[in-house]
Amino acid sequence: MDFATVIQILDSAVRLMTPLLLACLAGLYSERAGVFDIGLEGKMLMAAFTSASVAYATGSAWLGLLAGIAGAAAMAGLHGLASISFRGNQLISGVAINFLASGLTVLLGQKIFGLGGRTPSLSGAARFGEITLPFADTLRPVPVIGPVYAELISGHTILVYIAFAMVPLTWWVLYRTRFGLRLRAVGENPASVDTAGVSVTRLRYAAVMICGVLCGIAGAYLATGISAGFVKEMTAGRGFIALAALIFAKWRPWSALFATFLFGLMEAVANRFPNLDLGVVTVPSMFMNALPYILTVIILAGFVGRAIPPRAGGEPYVKER
Amino acid sequence: MPAAGAPHEVPAIELRGISKAFGPVQANKDIDLVVPRGTIHGIIGENGAGKSTLMSILYGFYRPDAGEILIGGKPIAIADSQAAIRAGIGMVFQHFKLVQNFTVLENVILGAEDGGLLRPSLSRARGALKRLASEYGLQVDPDALVEELSVGHQQRVEILKALYRQAEILILDEPTGVLTPAEADHLFRILRGLRDEGKTIILITHKLREIMEITDNVSVMRRGEMVASVRTAETGPAQLAELMVGRKVLLRVEKPPARPGAPVLEVRGLRMVDAEGVERLRGIDLTIRAGEILGIAGVAGNGQTQLLEVLGGFPEAGAKLQGELRLNNETLPLNGPGADGRARRRAGIGHVPEDRQAEGLIMDFTAWENTAFGYHHAPEFQHGVLMDNARIRADAMDKIQRFDIRPPNPDLAARNFSGGNQQKIVVAREVERNPDLLLIGQPTRGVDIGAIEFIHKRIVALRDAGKAVLLVSVELDEIMALSDRIAVMFDGRIMGERLPEEATTGDLGCLMAGVDPAVTPPEAAIPPPAAPGTDAGGGAG
Repeated sequence: MDFATVIQILDSAVRLMTPLLLACLAGLYSERAGVFDIGLEGKMLMAAFTSASVAYATGSAWLGLLAGIAGAAAMAGLHGLASISFRGNQLISGVAINFLASGLTVLLGQKIFGLGGRTPSLSGAARFGEITLPFADTLRPVPVIGPVYAELISGHTILVYIAFAMVPLTWWVLYRTRFGLRLRAVGENPASVDTAGVSVTRLRYAAVMICGVLCGIAGAYLATGISAGFVKEMTAGRGFIALAALIFAKWRPWSALFATFLFGLMEAVANRFPNLDLGVVTVPSMFMNALPYILTVIILAGFVGRAIPPRAGGEPYVKER
Repeated sequence: MPAAGAPHEVPAIELRGISKAFGPVQANKDIDLVVPRGTIHGIIGENGAGKSTLMSILYGFYRPDAGEILIGGKPIAIADSQAAIRAGIGMVFQHFKLVQNFTVLENVILGAEDGGLLRPSLSRARGALKRLASEYGLQVDPDALVEELSVGHQQRVEILKALYRQAEILILDEPTGVLTPAEADHLFRILRGLRDEGKTIILITHKLREIMEITDNVSVMRRGEMVASVRTAETGPAQLAELMVGRKVLLRVEKPPARPGAPVLEVRGLRMVDAEGVERLRGIDLTIRAGEILGIAGVAGNGQTQLLEVLGGFPEAGAKLQGELRLNNETLPLNGPGADGRARRRAGIGHVPEDRQAEGLIMDFTAWENTAFGYHHAPEFQHGVLMDNARIRADAMDKIQRFDIRPPNPDLAARNFSGGNQQKIVVAREVERNPDLLLIGQPTRGVDIGAIEFIHKRIVALRDAGKAVLLVSVELDEIMALSDRIAVMFDGRIMGERLPEEATTGDLGCLMAGVDPAVTPPEAAIPPPAAPGTDAGGGAG
C-alpha cells in the first residue's frame, strides 16, 4: 500500500465520518442533559429528505440545509414533547421517531416526486461543492505535506469543516460556559439544578433542540454533500453507529472525534478493498461491509471498558419535595 | 407566641395562616410561625406531621392554598426556588442536591454563575469559599470531586452553596441523620457560628437531644398543625415528646429482666473479605441466647452492616467468608446454596435489614405483597402451583391491624407509606413469623416516636417469648434502652462487651473509637471530635 492509497483511504474516512461525527455530537448534547436519544437515525433521515427536497425545489444547497435542520428539529421537538413535557419513556419515543421518519420520508417522497421514495438527483448549486483551500495546488508537489494538505485537508464540503469545528466548540461550550455546566448538571442530578432555581425543562429542551440542529446538518450532508439526493433509508444505521461511538467516547467531544474516525476508517477500508486479500484467506466483502456494525455490537456489549452514562439519563424529571 | 430574640426587632420569617392540602389530606393547617433573626429555631414532629411540606412551601416547591409569608417583615410570594433564593433563603435537603462528578466549586456556582463564561465565576467562588471556610469552619477542598467527599463534607458543600447565594435564612432538613457523632458536633459548631453572625437557622429534626442541645426556640408540629412554640430553655425532652405525639411516651423501654436460656446463635471466628479485598469482619465471636437482646453499638461503617448481611444470608457479591455459625446447635453453611437468605429464613432467622427501602421492601409493590416477601414460599401461602393471594391478603390485613399500620390499606404501594409505617410493615413481616433469632438493623432510623415505641415493644415482646434478638443501631440511646448485653464493634472486631446497667456513654464511646478504656485511660483515648480520621470512618458507612 503506497502513500497515495493511504491518503485516499483517510480522505474517504473523513467524508464518511462526518455524518457520524455530527450525529454523535448531537447525541452528546441530548444525553449529557439526561435525555437518551435513539432517534438520531430518524432525525437524520428526515433531515436528508427535507434538505434534498428543498434543495431540488429551490436549487440551493443552503436552503436545503435550512430545511434539513428544520426537519430534524421538528422531530427533536416531538421527542422533547414526549420525553420532557409528558415524561414518557425516552427509548420508546426514540423508536417511534425512527419509524415515523422511515415511513414519512418514503410516503412523502413518493407522493411528491413519484420516484419510489427517492428525490430527483441534485446537481450544481443544489449540492454542496468541494472547497479548495488556499495554496492547495501550490503545495501539492511538496512531499508528504503537499498531498496531506491538498487531498486530505482541502477539498471537502463546508459541512465537513463545520462538523470538525463542532468538536472544539462543543468541548468549549460544555466545560467553559454556564450553559455547559448546567447542561452537564441536569444530566447528572436534575434536582441540583432545580433547587438552584434553574428550569430543568428549559435546559433539556435546549439540549434536545441542539441535537436536532446537528442531526439536521448530518442529514443534509448525507443528501446534498456526500450523495446527490435522497434515497430510501439512506442513513443505513448511521444514527445507531453514532450512538455506539458516543458510548465508546464516553460522552466526551474529543473522544467522539476519535471514535467516529474509527468507524469512518473502517467503512473507507471496506469500500477500498471489497475483498481483502490477506494471502492465506480472502476476507469477503460482506464481512468488510459488516465491520462497522460488528464493532458497534462489540462496543455496546461493553468490551471497551466501562462507560458510565450520565446518571440521570433516561429518567424524566419529577420534582420531589 | 413566646419566642426568644429581641422583641422590638422584625422577625426574619413570619408565617401567617399557611394552609396546604393534597387532595383530601390537609398537610398544613393554619400554620403560624415567627422566627426571630439570629436564632436557631427547631421544628419537630412525627413523620407526616407536615414539617417537610411547610419547608417546601418556604422554598417555593409548593404554593400554599392560603396564608401569608413575610420575610424580614415584607410579605412575599415564593413562586419557585429562584424566588426563595432571592429572598435569602437557603435549603439543605436531607438528600443532598449535589452533582456527584462535579467539583465542589462547580457545585457551588451552579445556578449562581456571574455570566455566560465559567472562569470568572469559578475564581470568585474560590475566593468566597476561602473566606467562608475561615469564618465558619467550613473547610472543604474546592477542587475535590463531590463523590470523593465524606457525607459530612458534602453537607458542608450544601451549606456553602446557600451562603454563596447570600442566604440569610438557612433551613436544614434532618441534617444529622447521615452524620457520625463527630461530624454532627462539627455541624453544630458551624451552625452556632452562623447564628452568632446574625444568620437565622431553621432545623428540622426528629431528635429531641439535638433540639435541646442547639436550638433557641422550638416549634412542635402534629398532624399538620403547629401545636406549640416555646423557648428551648423553658422546656424539656419529655414535654416536647408529649407534644409531638399528643400523649405520654416512654423514653425508656419498660422491660422485665431478661431470662437468658440456651445459646441460639453462636458465631466463631467470622471473617469476611469484600470484593475489593478489604477485610470487613476480622474474627467475630458472639453468642446470643434465647430470651435476650444483644445490642451492637458502633459508629456506622465498622462492619455492622456486613455482619447483618452475612448472618442474613446476603453478603455482598464477591465476598469471601470464613468462620463458623451455629444456630440452635446446628452448623449453618457460610457459603454455597444453603447459605442464602431463603435458607436462613427457613432455618428460623428473621431479618429486618438496615435499609428498609432498598432491602426490606419493594417500594412499588403493594403493602400486602410486601408483608409476604421472603416467606411467599411458605406452605400456607400456596394454592397448588399458585400463590394463595386471598390468604396472603387476609394475613396482611391482620398484620396491618395488629401493628397499627396507617393508612390501613393493603393495596397501597409501600412507597406511599411514611417511614415509620414502612418499617412497621417490615417488622410485622419478620416478627410475626416468630423467628428463633431476629436480626434487626437500625430499627427506628427515620421513624417517628410513636412508631419507635411500638417497634421497641415488639422487640421486647419477642425476647420475652424466649427468642434471641441481635440489634444493630447507631443510636446509642436505643442500644442502651433495649439491650440486655451490649457489644461494641470497631473496625470489624468486637471491641468489648458491657452490661447496659454498668456501661456509661463515655465508656462505650471509647470502645466505639477503638480504645479499650480498661487498657488506656479514657482522657487520653478519646480523639478530638473533628479529627479527620473519625470523619473518614463515618463516610465509609
